Amino acid sequence: MRRLWRWLLLLFVWRATRDPAPDDGHETPPRIVPAGPPAPRAELAVVALLALAAASAVAFIVVYAVDRIPDQTQYLGLALGGAFAFLAAALIVAGRHLVVTEELEGEYADPEPEAAASIAQVVAESGSRLRRGRLLAVAAATATAAVGLAALAPAASLGPLYDLGRFTRTPWRRGRRLVDQYGRPIPAAAIRPAELFTAFPEHADPEEIGSPVVLVRLEPDQLHLPKGRAGWAVGGIVAYSKICTHAGCAVALYRTPLFPPVDKPPGLVCPCHYSTFDPETGGTVVFGPAGRPLPQLPLMIDRRGHLRAAGTFSGPVGPSWWGVRNRKASS
Amino acid sequence: MIEGTARTLDERTHTAPFGLKALRYIFPDHWSFLLGEIALYCFIVLVATGTYLALFFDPSTAQAVYHGSYAPLDGAHMTQAYRSTLHLSLDVKAGLLIRQTHHWAADVFVAAIALHLMRIVFTGAFRKPRELTYYVGLTILALALLEGYLGYSLVDDLLSGMGLAIGYGVALSIPVVGASVAALVWGGPFPGVPAFWSRMYIAHVFVLPILIATLIAVHLFLVASLHHTQFRGGRRTEKRLLGVPAFPGQAPRSLGLMFAVFAALFLLGGLVQINPIWLWGPYHVADGTNGAQPDWYLGWLIGALRLMPGFDVTIAGRTVIPNPFWGGILFPSVVFGILYLWPTLERRVTRDRDPHNLVDRPRDAPRRTAFATALLCWVFVIFMAGSADRAYVLVGWSYETQIEVYRVLVFVVPVVAYWLARRVCVELLRNERVAGQRHQAELEAEEARGG
Repeated sequence: MRRLWRWLLLLFVWRATRDPAPDDGHETPPRIVPAGPPAPRAELAVVALLALAAASAVAFIVVYAVDRIPDQTQYLGLALGGAFAFLAAALIVAGRHLVVTEELEGEYADPEPEAAASIAQVVAESGSRLRRGRLLAVAAATATAAVGLAALAPAASLGPLYDLGRFTRTPWRRGRRLVDQYGRPIPAAAIRPAELFTAFPEHADPEEIGSPVVLVRLEPDQLHLPKGRAGWAVGGIVAYSKICTHAGCAVALYRTPLFPPVDKPPGLVCPCHYSTFDPETGGTVVFGPAGRPLPQLPLMIDRRGHLRAAGTFSGPVGPSWWGVRNRKASS
Repeated sequence: MIEGTARTLDERTHTAPFGLKALRYIFPDHWSFLLGEIALYCFIVLVATGTYLALFFDPSTAQAVYHGSYAPLDGAHMTQAYRSTLHLSLDVKAGLLIRQTHHWAADVFVAAIALHLMRIVFTGAFRKPRELTYYVGLTILALALLEGYLGYSLVDDLLSGMGLAIGYGVALSIPVVGASVAALVWGGPFPGVPAFWSRMYIAHVFVLPILIATLIAVHLFLVASLHHTQFRGGRRTEKRLLGVPAFPGQAPRSLGLMFAVFAALFLLGGLVQINPIWLWGPYHVADGTNGAQPDWYLGWLIGALRLMPGFDVTIAGRTVIPNPFWGGILFPSVVFGILYLWPTLERRVTRDRDPHNLVDRPRDAPRRTAFATALLCWVFVIFMAGSADRAYVLVGWSYETQIEVYRVLVFVVPVVAYWLARRVCVELLRNERVAGQRHQAELEAEEARGG
């Protein structure tokens, strides 16, 4: 009995969801869209796909609402992506099998020179009362340009347009202590061979590009620093600005030879564009796009054995710009 | 009911004639005409997901200490920008799905525009009367590159900070005004004043999206006003246009494509990890990491920066042109310059000033196709040079050797590509001609036998 009811209900729904037959009573206008045969199976497929889309959307809400479900991101993406995929499938089936296919014919429009001529005529005739048209045009252009410039002028507040001194200043002075990232002074003995150590000037902003330096310890007899830099290294420890002179990334990689006879010599490498600097020869460029050496910081050791700067950098820190001195940084 | 609505609307707006015209607007049918639509649907996803992200993101450089659910970063010092992005990724429900979908949508957006551009160039669809449509589209591409760069730079993770450092280096390298430009944008030397974050943010969520949306509107208006181009064949002529109407023929296809794009982006966003910022850590000026790669659409620029031999142009101990200028400013200017000038150059070379509504197959214009292939290969070689460090990690090829090889390929490949593409086009055309003649001859023989 129950089963029979269920079947009857199904039959009723089946009949009731059919579109009403077109009523032939009154005159229909000639068709615009051509007629086509019905495609009941495609219609059902579209209904099924839409139902699946709705189910996926509900699944998305359920996953979102229930915290216990693990891997939320994956299931949320799957559910929402699935809902959209079923919608897409429904529309594509509808487009291929349900919608009337027709090919229309149209025309590309031609240019309309008469209208263009009329526009020119309207403009010309509108100015027919003018006696000093050209002067007026110059005045209008001047006013527009001046007002435009005035509107742009406050943009100069965005930055120090001419005061570029800040671009070359660094916190380093003779006698300033080197500290690690926690602000602790650095004993020279803490710098071991084949390690890259990052240091900052004491009591200065570590986030300035003039601040960070790299420290490496080399064999003193391997050092070939440029002329005038005698004594810039202490016990084989050399310091260079950590900011690449190419595009300003941190020179964060240190290549050291595992087996010096065959491996490449030590190199300070920037991971952005692989500019490679030679710490043994004063930071000269040995590979990559950097156009000038890493600025070197002269070092000294105080009475407690801590590292201090013995002066300022050998050149401006970071990427270059038009007119910047290629050599000594100001302090 | 529909008639009632249409009539009511028409009585108030007088738009029924326009509506009817729009419904029966003709779309010529070709798969490659859908690439631009994909970009459009990506833009919709970008606006929607981006709005959601903006409800949680805090574009501030205020220092904060992390105590969220990601244990490895517990106690790390970072900016509020990075902290809020970690929070929305790891602690906001559906946040990571939306952020990853946003990122994927940006990547697909630029890819779709780039493919669309190739279609336009290779088929000559940029010719009169559609030059303006083409310029507007190119501008959208340029803005999309900048918009994407700002988007991943805002996060202030280690990679984005490195990207900004490079941007700063490139800005500084502009001849004469570089330092002033950088000073205006960053408010001072790198990493800039705190307000720099507000500047990036307003540009990323307001100025550039509105510019892009406006240009998309202009682009679509121009497309509709001039009608689509069409390929030769059948009864199509320069004057007669054949295709399916917007409704009912094209509507389900376009909507289906839209949902398919949505589906792909959300599936990618949910299932394929992209830019896991918690692994990179916060950015500090003194930090850097190996294997730093930008999103794919900036790969050509990082390749150009990496390929340049190391020299600054100096005069009397002063730098004049710093190295990043060549790869970061000149190279993209040359590529975009060629693309902007293309319609003019082609008109000069071919002396063809006629309007064209029929587009070419690539083989129909061997010289254009050859030149476009050469340009594409040139950019592609430089793009590949940008991934040489990945090749070193994956295959073990020496990075230095790869760069030396690429420095040669950059000159060789475009020449070979030009010659090869031209040759292929000419051969294809010749084969067609021969096949046509044979067909003709067979017809005649048939006729002779029959007669």
